[in-house]
Amino acid sequence: MKRVLPGFGLTMGFTVAYLGLVVLIPLVALFIKAAGIGWHEWLEILTSPRVLAAAKLTFGASFCAALLSSVTGLLVAWVLVRYEFPGRRFLDGMVDLPFALPTAVAGITLTAIYAPNGWIGEHLAKHGIQAAYNPLGVFIALTFIGFPFVVRTLQPVMEDLGKEVEEAAATLGAGRWTVFWRVILPMLVPALITGFTLAFARAIGEYGSVVFISGNLPMKTEILPLLIVSQLEQFKYGAAAVIAAGMLIVSFALLFLINLLQRRLDWQHR
Amino acid sequence: MSITIRSIHKTFGSYKALEDVSLDVPDGSLTALLGPSGSGKTTLLRIVAGLEFADDGPGKVLFHGEDVSGVPAGKRGVGFVFQHYALFKHMTVGENIGFGLTTLPRSNRPKKAEIGDRVRELLKLVKLEGLEKRRPHELSGGQRQRVALARALAIKPKVLLLDEPFGALDAQVRKDLRRWLRIFHDEIGLTTLFVTHDQEEALELADQVVVMRNARIEQVGSPQEIYDQPRSPFVYEFLGNVNKVALNEDSNQYIRPHEIEVCFAAEHDPASGRLAKIQHLFSAGPVATLTVRLDDGQFLDVELSRKQLDDLALDVGDEISLKLGSAAP
Repeated sequence: MKRVLPGFGLTMGFTVAYLGLVVLIPLVALFIKAAGIGWHEWLEILTSPRVLAAAKLTFGASFCAALLSSVTGLLVAWVLVRYEFPGRRFLDGMVDLPFALPTAVAGITLTAIYAPNGWIGEHLAKHGIQAAYNPLGVFIALTFIGFPFVVRTLQPVMEDLGKEVEEAAATLGAGRWTVFWRVILPMLVPALITGFTLAFARAIGEYGSVVFISGNLPMKTEILPLLIVSQLEQFKYGAAAVIAAGMLIVSFALLFLINLLQRRLDWQHR
Repeated sequence: MSITIRSIHKTFGSYKALEDVSLDVPDGSLTALLGPSGSGKTTLLRIVAGLEFADDGPGKVLFHGEDVSGVPAGKRGVGFVFQHYALFKHMTVGENIGFGLTTLPRSNRPKKAEIGDRVRELLKLVKLEGLEKRRPHELSGGQRQRVALARALAIKPKVLLLDEPFGALDAQVRKDLRRWLRIFHDEIGLTTLFVTHDQEEALELADQVVVMRNARIEQVGSPQEIYDQPRSPFVYEFLGNVNKVALNEDSNQYIRPHEIEVCFAAEHDPASGRLAKIQHLFSAGPVATLTVRLDDGQFLDVELSRKQLDDLALDVGDEISLKLGSAAP
């Protein structure tokens, strides 16, 4: 077949080979390792109380953190796109910091701030709230690393939105609240879900920033990635592989569901 | 409903967008704001809509004698059609048109079925029956334009404001829609103000043309008046083709190509005519255009009918005599 755009064969071949090498082979190796253990043991490992508690914390905190990031990210993106003010570029640059900062540094910093004797932690402690070494700390760390994804996904879409649709709604008698709920938000929903998904996926796999602030108490503040590492440290490679495989399957299922939801809400594909 | 604009000033930072602009738009008229880009015409339209507010001072906007200067866009009762339509992409055509009705306060919001009826009525009015369930991205430019118009009309506006209504359409659709809008306006009789930079559009469509330049109104009048009695060289040059003939160092004569009389060089009378040589001849269509070179080297465009051209049997390189008259200014 003749194509106008050249290079399809070469680039497609490269894409398949690269994805195979970088993504697929390690995942297959993981499943092969996990398959070395019988079904019975699989079930036993995955339903053990410690794994279940860690899974609940990982997925729950990630979901909540991504949800909060979506709301705050929406606000921050709005301010950065819509208003001109001194220091805007500086703020805009700051959004990327969680991307660039080594996660361990972020974790240690957050721990220092939120520990019962830290800057923020001591005020929280006065009200009987303990952030560090608690699930709340895990949530805080995951919010920190997920937030830039939402901002960066929303920004270009907001820039494209233009002021005209808002003005059109205003001339038709819509108040500010109506304009936001019925015009602006629905137009941003597809991008917002993408941002949420990225933040959520990133949070599920996060390790570095959480291990410091969580305190890693089994059954209480232990996350799945940490549990996997601790299995490896005890040379239980099989168990580590099984937990990892289980985590992968659940993550994939969740991301798939979100994708379906997005298709339904995306007005461009209806 | 008439629109009265009194001594409006508008500045954006140090940029003067409007300087002491006053204008009367009679009830039921179709008025064009015509001018080059940056002349302030869109700013004026937006101030009438309440999307922009005039600078503090004596400036006022009145609808049918009532001062609406401080009333925000949503309460002013204007239908506004944006240059790029600004349709709500996530809504169907029907939802777009009904939007203004669904945002009314609960006390005077029509029932769902009534809104549906009104939407279908408006779709029929703009000749888009059956497209209710479509989405804006499935429509052509001309159809989107009419959806935007229907949406603006749904709230029963007191005046209709259109910003470059045909700016984003291609030539054929533009022409059809222009004719349609004229008939449409005559049917519904709503006071309409539209912005354009296209002189042909303004002259063909409007009852009243307002020529703007550099934040001020240059001339107001019927298309005929504006075309036949331009009050300044700017209006002369902006409306229709015109020749600028330098008489001496600081005075020019303006004359339209069709106003120039052509006769044989043999009949030349130095007292009333100028000798010229035909450089180029374009005669596809009912009107022939000659590009001629005057004896002093200036180029002019001359229009004459095909019949005249055939009678005179002119060709490129021929010498002719032109009567330029003594048209002012």
